Amino acid sequence: MIGALILRDARRAFTGAAWLPIAFFLLVATLVPFAVGPDAQLLGRIGAGALWIAALTAALLPIERLIEPDRADGVLDQLLLHGVADETIAVAKIAAHWLTFGPLLFVAAFPAAALLHIDGHALARLLLSIWIGTPGLAALAVAVAALTAGLPRAGSIAGLLLLPIAVPLLIFAAAFCAEGSNQAMALEAAISILLLAGGPFVGGAAIRAART
Amino acid sequence: MKALLRFEDVALRRGGRLLFEGLSFHLGPGERLQVTGPNGSGKSSLIRLAAGLLRAERGRVDRSPLAVADDGVALDREQPLGRALQFWNASPERAMDALGLAQLALVPVRLLSSGQLKRATLARVAASGAPLWLLDEPLNALDSDGAKKLGFLVEHHLESGGAILAASHQRLGGEWRNVELRP
Repeated sequence: MIGALILRDARRAFTGAAWLPIAFFLLVATLVPFAVGPDAQLLGRIGAGALWIAALTAALLPIERLIEPDRADGVLDQLLLHGVADETIAVAKIAAHWLTFGPLLFVAAFPAAALLHIDGHALARLLLSIWIGTPGLAALAVAVAALTAGLPRAGSIAGLLLLPIAVPLLIFAAAFCAEGSNQAMALEAAISILLLAGGPFVGGAAIRAART
Repeated sequence: MKALLRFEDVALRRGGRLLFEGLSFHLGPGERLQVTGPNGSGKSSLIRLAAGLLRAERGRVDRSPLAVADDGVALDREQPLGRALQFWNASPERAMDALGLAQLALVPVRLLSSGQLKRATLARVAASGAPLWLLDEPLNALDSDGAKKLGFLVEHHLESGGAILAASHQRLGGEWRNVELRP
């Protein structure tokens, strides 16, 4: 059942909504040179940080479609009746969300990096930081989506919840991209793992609490 | 005879309001029970409680494997109906036939009317193979043909040793035991 759920969610995302955050990410990357000017050196220095901000805000876009449609439509109830634990649902949602977010963001990072004159080692570090950071970001997005499912204006509340918690991820990802220090990478990975480990439990508990 | 569903002195509270208390009944193979009561008396909540989707404030609920048809369609709206039903059960064809949905198998779920969606949720329950069916307002949005087909399914399910708990303010076809909830 969990495999079927991951497949179903991934298919639903790829037939539409998954491309929006990526388009948004590329759009923000395009805006940065307009805002700070075309100076290649300056862009190279702030580029990776700017792209991480773009990635975080792009991660907010799909939140309202991660859990709420399935809650409103009774899918979450039926999954429980079929013996799927709420935590398992959260794990499947995280896996499916990462599949439709992480790899696309990774690919989109190439043109985005070109726009900001990020190349060579800096590009390699940016790509590595995306691989390391996006699983944690996906777990956080699903947990926040479950917490806000069914609330009016869930999208804005989700932003207020997700962005502060994502700050450590941003700090260490950007630090790793800028300096290439292994400590920053290790700390980014640690935070990503922490989010991955906690996400299913928070998400599962929130799904259970929303069942009234 | 083993009961498929048993309520013992059950009380349910929702949003601070006590919906019912001291409710006891049991449902054995081949039995059917209708929950009646005015709007807001807790019929749907009783169904969700019986399904295990809500927790009782007091008392005990024992249940065997079950399937629920309520307001939640729980079918992928972009998929054709046949494929969407297959997400829950590998072979929904017979149940789709029984509810007159066979010719809609290739139609995307989002294009179906509310009556057809009701038939689809009933088909999901019928295909589940669960001995206990919980039906919340099964006649809502169904036309007379749909109600007749549901009647056949109910009879067949009871004959094969199943049990049904239905919540409805309308009269259901056949002989039903009755539990009445008061507001």
